[in-house]
Amino acid sequence: MSDLMDLLSHDYYEASARDRILGVLDAGSFREFLGPENRTISPHLAQFGLTGAFDDGMVIGEGLLGGKRVYIAAQEGRFMGGAFGEVHGAKLVGLLRARRTTTPRRASPPSSSCSTPAGPPSGGERRRARHRRDAARDRRGAPRRRSGPRPRRRPVRRVRRGGIVTAFCSRIIVSEHGRIGVSGPEVIETNKGVEEFDSKDKGLVWRVTGGRTRAMMGGADRFVRDRIAEFRAARSRRSPAAAPSTSRPCGPSRPGSRRASPPTGPAATPEIWRKAGVASPRPSQP
Amino acid sequence: MEQFEVRTSSARRAAGTCRQAVVGVNTSGNIEVLVERVLPETESVVAVTTAVTGYRDLWQAVIEDFFDRAATGGLRFDINDGGAKPDVVSLRLRQGVRRMEIDA
Repeated sequence: MSDLMDLLSHDYYEASARDRILGVLDAGSFREFLGPENRTISPHLAQFGLTGAFDDGMVIGEGLLGGKRVYIAAQEGRFMGGAFGEVHGAKLVGLLRARRTTTPRRASPPSSSCSTPAGPPSGGERRRARHRRDAARDRRGAPRRRSGPRPRRRPVRRVRRGGIVTAFCSRIIVSEHGRIGVSGPEVIETNKGVEEFDSKDKGLVWRVTGGRTRAMMGGADRFVRDRIAEFRAARSRRSPAAAPSTSRPCGPSRPGSRRASPPTGPAATPEIWRKAGVASPRPSQP
Repeated sequence: MEQFEVRTSSARRAAGTCRQAVVGVNTSGNIEVLVERVLPETESVVAVTTAVTGYRDLWQAVIEDFFDRAATGGLRFDINDGGAKPDVVSLRLRQGVRRMEIDA
């Protein structure tokens, strides 16, 4: 719900994409681009007799994270199974391009979580900002490249094809409920057979693609408890670094990290966990 | 796919000053509701888009019951339906009214 305390104690896994953003950002600082009131619905779904979503399952905008201005996106994993539609993809690409060509505005009036957000910077503003920046770079001979921190993109759990987007992230924060994989278990089973990967064996699925295992293998940077507040603390730059909920003895985070060489066979994951000092697969979280 | 509206012109004014809210997700057995404060104070509309055809009477009954129970004056509700049952529809509509009661 819109109450901040409610949101922070809320399960990240259970929350909608918009609620995740509202909870992760500083209270009242979110300004949505192309919000649901614009009704930017996929033009293709109706041809298949399917109803759309007012935001096509993608929430984008800007806000403050620990006082720092960021662009932010969240994918609604439950709409169309988290699939990428045309509008959905265009919104994410547009946000990344906007970050490359503009600086988020300093003075943005705080908006309540339920108020009508203003629109994104206009095309003219973006062009002028890009022109100024490129001109400055050209003058000092610097390459035209993206500067500053990258826009953040966190993995949205239960997104069966969302692993592709996650793979482009420079930092990944995941909780026990999350999974990271380029294909979902059902897709692997369909294509390679049940002997390869039994999607009904949920223990197997989470042992292989689950957040805990991925974090231990260096496939994610942080493993946190499944609370919006913990995701916020793990990313917020001004708050002290939150201790991960479990140890990450398999070495430094990706990319370029030396990953633990995985043993193979049916007992592989428990063995990895044992080496990592995790005695029991049960979560030992407060 | 079926689209229709159910309206009332004798609604009580909805509390709060919030301009807009979204509740629910369009997924199997669920609905997405976009609520906007865009109508005169005694009017209210629920606009339904559903992939499941042939249940218009049932929608009508559920929405008229909702108009009786909740103060919805001034609010427009747009629904994207993923095949929700009537109890889920009632719940989401009431949640939408609750969110609009927050002062913007």
